[in-house]
This record gives sequence, C-alpha cells and structure tokens, in this order.
Amino acid sequence: MPSIIPYLWLIPALPILAAGIIALLKQRHRALAATLAISSIAASLILSLCAFAQTLAHPAIATYNFPWLQFGDQWLSLGWMLDPLTAIMLVMVTFVGLLIFIYSIGYMAHDENFTRFFCFLALFAGAMLGVLISNSLLLLFMCWEIVGLTSYLLIGFWYANPRAAAAAKKAFLTTRIGDLGLLVGMVWLYAQSGTLLFYNHGAGCLESSSLSALTTHTTILGLTISSAIAILIFCGAAGKSGQFPLHVWLPDAMEGPTPVSALIHAATMVAAGVFLIARCYPLFAAGASHTIALEVVTWTGAITALLGALIAVAQYDIKRILAYSTISQLGYMMIGLGIGGPSVGIFHLITHAFFKALLFLGAGSLIHGCSGEQDIRRMGGLGKHMPITFAAYTAGMLALCGFPLFSGFWSKDAILHAAHLWSISQAPFYIGAFAALLTAFYMTRQLYYVFAGHLRHPAIHHTTPHDPRHDLHLEPLAENPVHHPPHAPHESPAVMTIPLVILAAFAVFLGLIGTPAWPWFQSFLEGTSPSFSFAAFHEPGLLPLMLTSSLIVFLGLGLGWLLYGRKPILTADSPDPLATNAPRTFNLLTNAFHIDALYAATLLRLNAALSRLSAWLDQYLWNGIVQLISTTVIALAWIDNFLDAGILNTTFDSGCDSVSHTGDRLALIQTGRIQTYLRALSLALIALVILLLWGMKA
Amino acid sequence: MTSALTILTTLPIAGALTTITLGSRNKTTPRWIALAFSLATLALTLILWHTFDPTSTAMQFQQRHLWIAPLNIEYRTGIDGLSLLMLLLSAIVTPIAIVASWHISDRTNLYFALILLLQSCLFGTFTTLNFIPFFLFWELSLIPAFFLIHLWGGPNRPRAATQFLVYTMVGSIAMLLTFLALFLATHTFDLTDLATLAQHNQLLPAVFAKLASPHITTNHIALLLFAGAFLGFAVKVPLFPFHTWLPSAYAEAPTGATILLTGAMSKMGLYGLLRILLPIFAPQMQSVLTPLLWLSLASILFSAYAALAQTDLKRIFAYSSINHLGYCLLAIFAIAKSTNPTLLPEKYAAMNGLFLQTFNHALTAATLFLFIALLERRSNGLRSLDDFGGLRKAIPIFTGLMGIALFSSLGLPGLNGFPGEFLLFKGTFPLTPAFTSLATLGLLITAIFILGILQRVFSGPLNPTWSTMPDLTTYERLALAPLIILIFALGLYPQLILRTINTTAMHLIQTISN
Repeated sequence: MPSIIPYLWLIPALPILAAGIIALLKQRHRALAATLAISSIAASLILSLCAFAQTLAHPAIATYNFPWLQFGDQWLSLGWMLDPLTAIMLVMVTFVGLLIFIYSIGYMAHDENFTRFFCFLALFAGAMLGVLISNSLLLLFMCWEIVGLTSYLLIGFWYANPRAAAAAKKAFLTTRIGDLGLLVGMVWLYAQSGTLLFYNHGAGCLESSSLSALTTHTTILGLTISSAIAILIFCGAAGKSGQFPLHVWLPDAMEGPTPVSALIHAATMVAAGVFLIARCYPLFAAGASHTIALEVVTWTGAITALLGALIAVAQYDIKRILAYSTISQLGYMMIGLGIGGPSVGIFHLITHAFFKALLFLGAGSLIHGCSGEQDIRRMGGLGKHMPITFAAYTAGMLALCGFPLFSGFWSKDAILHAAHLWSISQAPFYIGAFAALLTAFYMTRQLYYVFAGHLRHPAIHHTTPHDPRHDLHLEPLAENPVHHPPHAPHESPAVMTIPLVILAAFAVFLGLIGTPAWPWFQSFLEGTSPSFSFAAFHEPGLLPLMLTSSLIVFLGLGLGWLLYGRKPILTADSPDPLATNAPRTFNLLTNAFHIDALYAATLLRLNAALSRLSAWLDQYLWNGIVQLISTTVIALAWIDNFLDAGILNTTFDSGCDSVSHTGDRLALIQTGRIQTYLRALSLALIALVILLLWGMKA
Repeated sequence: MTSALTILTTLPIAGALTTITLGSRNKTTPRWIALAFSLATLALTLILWHTFDPTSTAMQFQQRHLWIAPLNIEYRTGIDGLSLLMLLLSAIVTPIAIVASWHISDRTNLYFALILLLQSCLFGTFTTLNFIPFFLFWELSLIPAFFLIHLWGGPNRPRAATQFLVYTMVGSIAMLLTFLALFLATHTFDLTDLATLAQHNQLLPAVFAKLASPHITTNHIALLLFAGAFLGFAVKVPLFPFHTWLPSAYAEAPTGATILLTGAMSKMGLYGLLRILLPIFAPQMQSVLTPLLWLSLASILFSAYAALAQTDLKRIFAYSSINHLGYCLLAIFAIAKSTNPTLLPEKYAAMNGLFLQTFNHALTAATLFLFIALLERRSNGLRSLDDFGGLRKAIPIFTGLMGIALFSSLGLPGLNGFPGEFLLFKGTFPLTPAFTSLATLGLLITAIFILGILQRVFSGPLNPTWSTMPDLTTYERLALAPLIILIFALGLYPQLILRTINTTAMHLIQTISN
C-alpha cells in the first residue's frame, strides 16, 4: 500500500480550497456552496480513514518536513505528521464535521448568508484539520489562530445583532490572551531547542535529546525550563478550551448559529486545547513522574470542571446550559490529561465530541421546532411533538451524565479511576465525583423542563392572554433574527434528524472501544496491542469505583426528578424549585459567580483607564513639552537671526534676499506663517555651516 | 546598468514635470499620467529586483561622480538588499497613494506632481551612499510632504504641517551637525568610508583629535554625536517620545499623502538607523541601550493604548503605525544589545523579521489607508468610529476585503503581517526576554482596537444614513486585487522577500558585531 504521508496535507487543504472558491461565489449560489463544502469534507473524511488504516498497520510516528523561510544560515521548517493521536482526531473531526455540515443545510435553509456560512465552516474545518496534522508548533499555532478567526466569524455570523458582534470580539480577545502565553512559550522553546518541529528523526523538540536539555536547567521558582514552557503553552490551551479563568467567552459564543456551537464550541475547536497538551505531552511530562506543569493542568481542570457544573445548574438558556456543561467536561479532560495522560484525556475528548455535538444539534432541532425559542422555561411537552429529537437527546443526555454502559460512563470512569490513584491529592477525585453528580442533576432538570409536561410558550400557547415576557423581564432569546413567526412545535426535517440518529448511536456505543476489558482505544494511542480480558475488571478498586460512580449518577438523576419531575412545571413564570429553596445561591450561580462583572470592574476598567491615560499624556504632556521646546527654539532662532543680520549684515545681504524672494513666491500659494520659520531656520543653518567651516580652517 | 538607479530616481521627476505642465484646469489627465509614471517606476523597480544578485554582500548598480571637489562630495549610488527593499516598498506604495487620491480635484496637476516628486526624493534617499546627496534628498522630501498636507489637508492642516516640518527639521539639523563634525575630522561624507573607519576604530579618535576640549570628555563627545544622528532618524520613524507630530500630520494630511507618509517616509528613519547609524555608532548605541529599549517598549505600548482611545480611523492607524514600527525599533536595539556570539542566529532572525515587518507594515498600512480613503469618498469625509455601524450589510465586499487588511495588521497567520512578526519575536526573545515578553502585550491591544473597528463600523444594525452606500466598483476592485493577493502571497511564502534581504541582513550584523 502506498504511504499516505506525502498527501496528508490534502486533508486540510481540500476544505480550505473549497472555502476559497465559495468566498468568490455570489450569494445566490447556495446549492453549489453547500455541495463544495460537504464534498470537500467528505473527501477529507475518506483520506482520514486511509490515514487511520495506515496507523493501524504502522503506529509509529511518520513525518514530512519542508523548509519554509530562511534567516541567516538557518531554515525554519514546517511539516506534518501522522500518529495514532492525529489519526483518531482526524477521523472524529471530519466525521462529526460532515454530519454537522449536512445538518446545517436544514438549519440554515432560510438564512440570507447561507453561502458565506459554508465558506466559514469549510475554512474552520481546514484550519482545525491543519492543527491536527501539524508537526511543528509554529504551523500548529498558525492553524490555531485561523481556527480562532473562523470561530470569531461564526460567532458573529448574525453580525447585525450587537450581542453577537460583542460575543465574537470577546471570544477572539479572551483566547488571544492565552495565545500570548503560547507565543512566548513557543519562541522560548525555539530559542532553547533550536527547532519547533515536534519530531525530526531525533532532532525534534519533543524528542529525548531536546527534552533532556530542557529538563536540566531550572528557571525562576525552581521550575525546569520544560515545565515553564509547558505552562506557557497551557495558557494557550486554557484560552481555547475555556478553562478558568479564561472560560468567560464560551457561554457568550452561543450567540452563533447552533451548528457552529455544536461543531466549534463543543466537539472540535474547544477540544483543540486538550489536543495541544496531548500533542506536547512529552514536554509536559519531561523529567519527572509528576511535573509542575501537569499539576497546573490538573488543578485548573478540576476548578473548571466544578465551576462549569455548578453554573450550569442555574441557567435557563438551553444552549448556555450546554455551554457550561462543555466547560465542565473540558475541565474533566484536563484532569484526565494531567493525571492519566493523553489516552485518558483524549478518550473523553472523543466520546464527548459525539454526545455533546448530539446534544447541541438536538438543542438546535428543538430551537428550530419552537420558532427560535431558547429559554427552557418557555418550552415543555416537546417529547410528544418531536419524538426523534427527544429520543436522540435523551441518549446524549445519558451519555453526558455517565449513565452505566453509555459512552460517557467509560471515559468518565477512566478519569475518575486515574484521579483516585493520584498520589498527590485526592481532591481532584472528589471534585470530579461531585461534578458528575451535578451533571446528572442539571441534565435531568433540563430534560424535565424541555420535554415533560405541556408547552409553556406564550406565543404558541394560545390561551395566554398577554405576553408574559414583560412580566418576567426576560431578554428576548430568539436565536436567529430571520426565524419565521411562531407556529406549533414540529419535528425537524430528515436532513437534521438523520445526523442526530447517527450521533446518538455513537453516543451510546462508542465507549465500548475503551472499556477496561478491552482497552483498544488506549492501546491504540499508546501504540501497544490490546488484549481482551474480563479479568481487568477485577483490578483492585475498579469495580467498587464503577459502582460508586453509577450510584452518584443515579443520585443526580433522582435529585433532578425530586425537584423537577415529581411536580410538573406549570407556567413559564413559575419559579425554579431550586430558586425557591436557596434563592441567594441560585442567583449567584445564575450570574456565573459574577466573574464577568468582576472582569468588567477590574481588567476592562484598567484597560480603559490606561488607554485614556495614554491618549491624555500624548495630547498634553509629551506634546506640551515639545511645544515648549519648539517655542523656545523659535525664540532663540529669532534672536539668532537678529544678531546675525546685525553683525554679519553685509555678507548676508544677498543670501537673505534670495531666501526672502523664495519665501515671497511660496507665500503666493500658501497661507500660513511657515515662511517665517523657514527663514529663521535656514539662517540658523547657514550660520552654523559658516561657523563650522571657519573651525575647519583654523 | 550603472545609471539604472539615477534613471529610477529621475523617472518620477519627469512624471512630475509632465503633470505640472498640463495646467490646473485639466482634472483627469494628471491622474492618469501620474499613475502611468508610478506604474512604470514600479515596473523598473521590479526589473531591478530581478537583476539584483541576492547572494552578494557588495553594493550593486554603483555609480560614482565627483560632485563638489573642494568638499570631497561625491554623487555615489548603489543598493544592497536593504535599499532594494525600501525601493520596492516605495514603488508599491506610490501607486496606492495615487489611486487613493483619485478624487482630488483642486489643483490636480500640482497635487500629483508633488506626489511624484516625493517618490523621487524617497528613491534618492534610499540609493545614495554619500551623506550630502542623501541629506539633500532627505530634506527635499519634506517640501512636497509639507505642501501636500498644507494645501490639501483637513481643517487643522496649517498647524499639522508646520509641526511636521519644524519637528523633522530639528531632527535633521541635529543629524547634519553630527556629520559636519565627522567631516571635519575625516574629510569625507562617504557613508561606506565612515563605516569602515568606525569599524577600524579610527573614526572617533580622529574626531576627538579635532574637537578636543578640556570642558568635555571624549565619551560625551561621542554620545553627543550619536544623539544628533539618532534624533534625526528617531523623529522620522518615530520613536516615543518624538512622535507627537505624527498623529495630527497623518490625520490632517489628505489620505493619499498619509499613505506615503506612513508607507514610505517612516521607513526613511528605519533605513537611516540601519544604513548609517548602526554601522558608525554601534558602540555608542550599546552604551545607552537600556533607555532605548524602554523607549521602544513605550512606543509599542503607549501608542497601542493611545490608538484604543481614538475614534478617528486615521488617528487610530497613525498610532498603530507607531506601534508597528516600535517592534522594528525593539529589534534594532535588541540586535545592538547582545555581543554574545552564540546568539548570532537570533540576530539574523530578528533582522530578517525587522525587514519583513518594515515591508509588511508599508503594504498593510497603505492598503488600510486606501480603504479609509474609499470610505471617506462614500461618506463625504466622515471617518469616525461613531459615524457608521452595520456597514457590512450595505457594502459586504468592501467589508470583506478591508477585513483581510485589518487582520493582516493584527498579525493573523496566513497573511503578510505574521511571518515578520514571528521572526522578530523569535529573534528578540533570546536577546532580551523581558522586553520582548512585555512587548507581546502590544499584540493584544492591537487586536482590541482592530476588532473594535470591525464591531463599531461594520457590525450591529445598519445605520440608515448609509443604507444606500455603494459597494466597491470594478475599478476599485481591480486596484485592490493586487494588494490583497500580495497580502496572502507574503503570508504564505515570505521567502519572496527574505531571499532578497537575507545576505544583506547577515552582512549588516557581521559589520555591527565586529
């Protein structure tokens, strides 16, 4: 079989090429745009499957490097690579991407910028695939930034809505804060190891000779250089993957169309940070069994997992619940990476990609069916109207909760199992377990709100005499401004439900590739051959742990039923049962711990103040000093002029005449007083030249 | 071929003379003549680029004539990669300036003649190797620039023009004094000779012998001479705090002239620093590097923050220019800072990055100001952030293309700004880690104001005043297409420029390091 390595670049290049062509199309060529985008990603999927097949046969890392630019006698090389991690991610991204592209045909059918949408989607897919195949931190960073750009463009897709425009800007800037760390880490790594290629036949920056050099030197606070660089790289990952304290952009990013939320802000782009750490794992883990860099990853992940889950409990917008859930799950992945290594973290990344994409697309289907409504208080009873969506959504919800045997169960348990064995602290384990409880709880709450009871939407529910929106002081949450007027809830078209059903199947069964009895996934990533044995379940502590985590899930589901299922929610303005029991806590959670307000009061204020200060200093202080000097100089020049003209009168007559003649002529075509300055300055200049020539003679 | 550079310098003058003779009543012909001459100049420059040998460290296309014998002043021309880069960017920027000025209807012939005259001065500055002709071209360029601002500028033009002229003249006089002192001691104005003397450690002893005085130490004399030359260039770039002339000059100048000011004239300062100052005064610069590094950092951060506080699009990009060139200055100072021979590759990276950044800033800034000119034409001169809103709906193609230019200014990978910025940071970080790390903050602030522009001008609900604003015409698209293509081409294939300048960059660093 011929190697696919030399052609690997086609995987990202095809969607980017499609994006380029679509960008030149006119808005009316809708079918062509969608066809181009979908066929490009389908082709990438086929190539990815070929690459996957190749890594099955030859799991060793294969690279292809080429020189890009020159400085001095060195060349900076870029390159691409294929290893099991790349292969599995390529297949996931292209497959989920393809389903979401298809779904978008239905979801965006009425949008006037349909063509533009597919252009951005294809560009996103290309850049994301570029991140995955990069064999150079620089190339990865370049694709990473373009991914950020497409995220910006797609969050702000409905640009006429000021909130979408603001959310897009916030997302780009927040992630760029992290990217500055990544940039500094990258140039530092370059300076230390002399290359940014990950693998280059022993000379790459992730290979042993470079790593051992990085671990022998320490820098401030006793960090090894490798850990310091790794932490800087982690800043970039934290920005992209919505880790505390840079998580604030992700909930706002839900202003984008729902397929975008599913593809970019749930399944793929936000996981890029997790991927980056998995890719650079040798650097993070260099030197010791527990490096400070990995501890930073773990603790950040633990805080984020808890924070996201807590906030999700008290949200009303169906997409924001899922967004906070994504933040929490990304935190989980970080714990998995920090403690268990890439195979644990990436396993959860893959299962999460499927069930979270499913949940978002399901939410999109619900929003679509409810004429753009996103507030779960105004939904209800949708199970009857939208049975396919209901079934698929429930499957995704159970997978997310970690319901036994569903995909999330296996990947989450792998993380908890690793956390349980961590020698440094048990806190991440308890935090993870508590977050699992919360996850089951808030998903049950959402499920009851959305599907149980009867429809509470005021505009659709005709018996309501007036618009209760005013009573509730709710912000209008209609997603797409061009959605048609409200009508009775309806199931979405097949182009939307078929992707749901496919994703649901994966959400249920995908975990089976990574069970303790048959850890195919983990072995594949680690390049070992898997063995099938039920005996693995008898590993001490494993079965009790699985039992405990199952009990936690049941507890969460039960609590959810107790509060939201036992008594049906009757009207859109009936208070949340949790809010009646603990109003202050609930309020704190609804406002996401006021972190946004805190940033606005501190960082943003500081920024605005600095900017005003700079402008003020510029206008008054620096300029004032300059004005003062210039006034003094002009005054001196006048004195000089007077003295020179008086003392050297005869010698200077002719010179002065010619200067003033020129000045007069210039004065004809201008109006200012500049000729006076000119005259003074030229006189001063002539005087200086004469003086110096005198000095030379002497 | 020996007179190639002289032909190149005189061609725009010929264009200027042709335009001026047309008379002021004719509005259309001067534009086309100016455009034709600028394109012919561009074509000649491209041919020159093609014939240029990028592997040679010597000055190429040399021409030498004794001009003023008693003072040993020669008219001597020649170019290396650095000069060629400057020629290329001036040749590219001038037609952009002409296109941006297409609507000028007041004394059209004079306007375009001045633009071409300015281009000649630029070419002269970048090709002469003797201080006196260099200085003449350098000063001469002020005259067309002054009148362009003064006659066709905005409401505060007299003040802006005067400030611009006086400010840069002060810098120039300081520089002239330094070179007069050097001339007194060495009896030469030849820049190569002076550099050679300096490298053999003969220049300053000669000066001290001439200017010895009991009141001042030789060290101070050397520093004063350095300061004089430095001031001339620092004002032109500009370096904080010598930048206060710039925002009003850029804002008040007609946008076509702003394009030349930021695209090409600001590069005269960088060119001077690299061609003249560093080879002659490297040790003096090293003795005051810490303050200079702080000043370059202040240039980067203060100007980025000041840009954030502006609402006038032209003022925003005026400050943004200071910011972008601040990175170049940081690189120059970082290169001068370290004497550690193991860091030589980092210096090469920084120097190549600085060259790329210089070229890319010219391209991007000129393109952005061209977009502003096109916007002004559609809005009757309005260009404040608050005047618009939601324009993307009315003018989607304009928005898309300007968006590309904006993201290029922000340093998005794949577009021209990134490779230079990366190389620059890659090189300066090991040379001066703390300053470089702090300087990256400038990237964030730049992103804030650029996204602010996209948000306030192009997003949100469409301001009804502009609901019928026309999108780009076919002519405008044709004029923009080469620029957009170049933005992408240099982003993906920076070797296009790097292969021309790499040898020169290495040579320059070896000269300084010796």
